[in-house]
Amino acid sequence: MIDPKELKYSRDDEWVRYDGDAVYIGITDYAQSELGDLVFVNLPEVDDEVIAGEALGDVESVKAVADIISPVSGVVLEVNEELLDDAALINNDPYGAWFVKVGDVSDEVELLTADEYDAYRG
Amino acid sequence: MKLIFEKSIPGRGQDIFPACDVPEKLPKKDMLRKAKVNLPEISENEMGRHYTALAKRAHGVNDGFYPLGSCTMKHNPRINEKMANLPGFAKLHPLQPAHTVQGANELITELEEFLCEITGMDGVTFSPAAGAHGEFTGLLLIKAYHHDRGEAERNEILVPDAAHGTNPASATMAGYKSVTIKSNENGTVDLDDLKAHLGPKTAGLMLTNPNTVGLFDPNIMEITRLVHEAGGLCYYDGANLNAVIGIVRPADIGFDVIHMNLHKTFSTPHGGGGPGSGPCAYKDFLAPFAPGLTCKDGKEYKRAEKSIGNMTGFYGNFLVNVKAYTYLLTIGKDVATLAQNAVLNANYMQEKLKDIYPIAFDTTCMHEFVIGLDPIYRKTHVSALDVAKALLDYGIHPPTIYFPLIVHEALMIEPTETETKETLDEAIQAFREIYDKIFSAPESVQQAPQTTPVLRLDDTKAAREPHLRYKFD
Repeated sequence: MIDPKELKYSRDDEWVRYDGDAVYIGITDYAQSELGDLVFVNLPEVDDEVIAGEALGDVESVKAVADIISPVSGVVLEVNEELLDDAALINNDPYGAWFVKVGDVSDEVELLTADEYDAYRG
Repeated sequence: MKLIFEKSIPGRGQDIFPACDVPEKLPKKDMLRKAKVNLPEISENEMGRHYTALAKRAHGVNDGFYPLGSCTMKHNPRINEKMANLPGFAKLHPLQPAHTVQGANELITELEEFLCEITGMDGVTFSPAAGAHGEFTGLLLIKAYHHDRGEAERNEILVPDAAHGTNPASATMAGYKSVTIKSNENGTVDLDDLKAHLGPKTAGLMLTNPNTVGLFDPNIMEITRLVHEAGGLCYYDGANLNAVIGIVRPADIGFDVIHMNLHKTFSTPHGGGGPGSGPCAYKDFLAPFAPGLTCKDGKEYKRAEKSIGNMTGFYGNFLVNVKAYTYLLTIGKDVATLAQNAVLNANYMQEKLKDIYPIAFDTTCMHEFVIGLDPIYRKTHVSALDVAKALLDYGIHPPTIYFPLIVHEALMIEPTETETKETLDEAIQAFREIYDKIFSAPESVQQAPQTTPVLRLDDTKAAREPHLRYKFD
């Protein structure tokens, strides 16, 4: 299990998990509960470049579509294809359901600790 | 209820086709179907009952109040249908020579003049089949204009975050990058954010005015001036034209091209998937790029010199244009009263609800207003969806919900000008009773509706596992 306390957070409600030089990116429990039941996910492809502060994909719920704002700049190493088939995984386990793994990280938005994020969204 | 295919009995049929009175001539053998086509086989009597049963389970403008925001579900005068059914219009073939369709040609020419008068534009193409198709057409005109001037590097369309979802979608379809412009705390375009995104890559701006929170942008003259100074064009999304028709002409506030939803503002039935009509009006300098064939002189069909091509064949859904023309002739010179009464009705409802429901931007609205239920949702866990479902038990079609995206738990209400004060009062009463229930019996709202043919549907399952067609064995 992932401990949400170990993660870093963006103000756009994405989380970042460091794994050596690479990072995993997902959306927070707050984001999934605001969006409601998710039905579709659009993700970039391996080798695509992502830019900190810009959309890397989007998630669609029964009530809205929201951009996933990349918290880092880098190159996509892996994509969690399971989510494309079953977006409910994000609702069920937002901190386990990573969207992409990004390497060659060159930049990141200002990231908050878990306590800071809780205070920001609390 | 059984589907029509489930009611089908092999060999059962009906005698709706008269006997053939011309020599039978079959197509060549290799052009014939190899297998029988799967059509339901059912008697005329059973078929009539099937569709009547379906109609009874549905809710349309003829059944009750239908305040669907940004959709203008106004009354459609029946005379429109009568005129569209005249054989001289209904039985035309699009390939008839021009000299045999002079009446239709006169109608389309006059309708173009009316729409030019209403929008302040110089020309209209009736090619687009509906609203989003009109947006797409307008953007292709903008694109053709920039390319013709050798400025193909302009590849960005600015779209406010309050825009209809079709705007960024149309921009993307047209090959543009859609750039989001923020709204300010008043719910209108943030001028600083607009300025920050304008530049040599700007192809244009798409704006709905009044916007989707029902507010007329007070900075509109400056917005269109700034876009023009940056070399871009201004596109007016006419979805909300009902709020200003006859009062404000989009061309006078700096717009270069606009689409109109004849099926909304000009009272032709819609909401069941069509048919729509989304003519696109433009200023003179865009005329060389106009799509389709037109017959301005009544003699021959011609194409504009640098035309973007065909959006549809001919004049789009021509009979919808006949209905819009009939509507304008019926209204006569009182076009401005449409907007005045639409705005009056929306403000009346807003005033009568704002003491209990949080209004997203609490100011005089235009033709629609938006409730932001978020503070109530936080306290009670009764959502905008629950309130919408509860309205069904009052015989009211729910308003648009969860749109615009800039308002959390949004309910977007557009009463339209064709509703009486009595209907509005009944709806206000329903909203107020639901509000009381939110606090006294929240679970009754969360479990609504209770009186409809089907109860709460599983939206999530429908989206995740859609069954879109009947599967034959």
